[in-house]
Amino acid sequence: MSFPWAKEYTPTNPVMKFLDEKLPMPRLVYNAIGAGYPVPRNLSYFWNFGVLAGFFLVAQIVTGVVLAMHYAANAQVAFATTEHIMRDVNWGWLMRYAHANGASFFFIVVYLHIFRGFYYSSYKAPREMIWLLGVVIFLLMMATAFMGYVLPWGQMSFWGAKVITGLFGAIPVVGEPIQIWLLGGFAPDNAALNRFFSLHFLLPFVIAGVVILHIWALHIPGSSNPTGVEVKSESDTLPFHPYYTAKDGFGLGVALILFFALVFFLPNYLGHPDNYIEANPLSTPAHIVPEWYFWPFYAILRAFTADFFFIPAKLMGVLAMFSAILLWFFLPWLDKSPVRSGHYRPMFRKFFWFGLIPAMAVLFYCGGAPAEEPFVMLSQIATAYYFLHFLVILPIVSQIEKPEPLPYSITEAVLGSDKKAVLGENATPAV
Amino acid sequence: MSKLLSVRLVAILIGLGFTVAVLWAFVSGASAVISEGELKPASAEHEFHEHPNDYAWSFDGPFGKWDVQQLQRGFKVYNEVCSACHSLKYVAFRDLEQIGYDEGQIKAYAASKQVPGIDPLTGEATSRPGLPTDYFPSPYPNAVAAAAANNNAIPPDLSLITKARHNGSNYVASLLTGYREVPAELKAEFPDFALSPTGHYNPYFANLGLAMAPPLTTAGQVTYDDGTDPTIEQMATDVAAFLTWTAEPTLVKRKQTGWPVLIFLLFATVLAYLSKKQIWAAAKRKDD
Repeated sequence: MSFPWAKEYTPTNPVMKFLDEKLPMPRLVYNAIGAGYPVPRNLSYFWNFGVLAGFFLVAQIVTGVVLAMHYAANAQVAFATTEHIMRDVNWGWLMRYAHANGASFFFIVVYLHIFRGFYYSSYKAPREMIWLLGVVIFLLMMATAFMGYVLPWGQMSFWGAKVITGLFGAIPVVGEPIQIWLLGGFAPDNAALNRFFSLHFLLPFVIAGVVILHIWALHIPGSSNPTGVEVKSESDTLPFHPYYTAKDGFGLGVALILFFALVFFLPNYLGHPDNYIEANPLSTPAHIVPEWYFWPFYAILRAFTADFFFIPAKLMGVLAMFSAILLWFFLPWLDKSPVRSGHYRPMFRKFFWFGLIPAMAVLFYCGGAPAEEPFVMLSQIATAYYFLHFLVILPIVSQIEKPEPLPYSITEAVLGSDKKAVLGENATPAV
Repeated sequence: MSKLLSVRLVAILIGLGFTVAVLWAFVSGASAVISEGELKPASAEHEFHEHPNDYAWSFDGPFGKWDVQQLQRGFKVYNEVCSACHSLKYVAFRDLEQIGYDEGQIKAYAASKQVPGIDPLTGEATSRPGLPTDYFPSPYPNAVAAAAANNNAIPPDLSLITKARHNGSNYVASLLTGYREVPAELKAEFPDFALSPTGHYNPYFANLGLAMAPPLTTAGQVTYDDGTDPTIEQMATDVAAFLTWTAEPTLVKRKQTGWPVLIFLLFATVLAYLSKKQIWAAAKRKDD
């Protein structure tokens, strides 16, 4: 559905007319990201990251398909073929650095996209389904990135695979058989490398499929906006094209400058030197750390250092790490405040900026640090806050908080007054 | 409403459960710290480990370039010193063209090395003179031989060594010049500290005891063709530069490609910003 004032697609070119009659693909695009999609007129640059995430997904698929043409998923030669790509394949070094740093940028923009959602409670009705699909995309991204990091078959690849699959070993009774089943053996080897390659190639296309559902679900209620006030009339919206295509175009330019600055001048900055050492099952690295985008959750995993009654510390850590993400699925039903935007929620806003953001920063830092004091104790305090924030503070705050007054409409928020509203022209909000 | 309330009630209970569990871990960790009186036991490896020195490299920075003379000197050091124990398996003889050797020189150099081959008449494993397309041969036939000849410490392949260590170029140069006697302060502070019987004290190495004996011991160990004075530091930095090239032969090309890409993007982004501004000008006070 769309707003009643959405422009209709009217092809004039005979080819487009023919196409529109037989297969209305141009109409679909026009209504999805063209002039046929009315968008709130007050979106800030924080609303750029969805489009940027889409861009980096496509970039990862393109560079990844090229890399797969030159890579061999065999434990004997995987490391050597990666070096072959770096040294002998024409522009192979660029493809590989763009792919490795592209994963990092994909996560950067997705994290900003998610935290935009936290602050503006984008997960609230009527957008629950968009949020749920978004969390699914994030989980798929994590699985894909983890398996991709195993493929160069360096030391961190091997030991990362061992540690992460080892998490399943913490499950009582069935843990060990599950771990062996996942790896196809007792330790990561050819069987694991092959299936990780197969799945690493498959999952991005699954992500692309869920992204289509995510966008489809978005087009039912339309985009949220920084005031959190729903669209009421035509003056609240602007057509996606040319307004937001232009704004996203500028945002993409800035993102690409940062991305290519990293690719060309600091391509290994976000990586770990140990992954330039070929995998060696007999030599354990001093510190096994995952890629930076897993650090906050890795810190939560390692924060549980003591058995809790009958639950072993390791199992508790695994449960907490998975719960830390899975609890996002329940946010639409935990945060019942009728006001969406953090701009108008004084109490929520304080917990967001002085609670959640510092806690995430501490978890991020500690996740990349060695498992020693004071990092373990810091991450324990931050972990406690993380769970309190989402599962205790958010439900209670949404109950007791007194929100600040909202603008009548988006138009009023942007332009200072909503003349049609004053005249009573749009008493019925658009559905 | 009562159903929704129960969702939140369950969430609050789970949230408190995780909080209590992690704070329980915190309390047990904190009590251990208090009873020991320190956050982390002091260790010689922690206190006497040193970060690599900063050397001025020609390839540093966004405009970095190879110093071809230095790479050739470093290659000579590798060839005459390091190659006795360390392989360079991802580098082919033909690659030497990139550091200024011509085809004839490369052919002659390759032919001076024996690489594994197969006797065309009998099919038996043998060795033959190298060709430019061959890769640098390993000094040992296999890992077992390498371990046996080196007190079980296999000399690592050096192709990627500067990328496989933090701050790799500085690390290699610092390590090669870093050998010394165990400092008296260390002995005073940690009387129990003992190097392994095959270890050599080197503060740049993570556990301070490096299995490799000092490879560069005297000035002039390698004779340079370009007249540079072969001090130990000179040889160490030259070979570190050479190993930076072997780790990433495309390093300079990468930086040189980066500039036009960034300049183009900067230009395109300014244009994108201006067109965004122009398009959005129409949206200000549209309802007037």
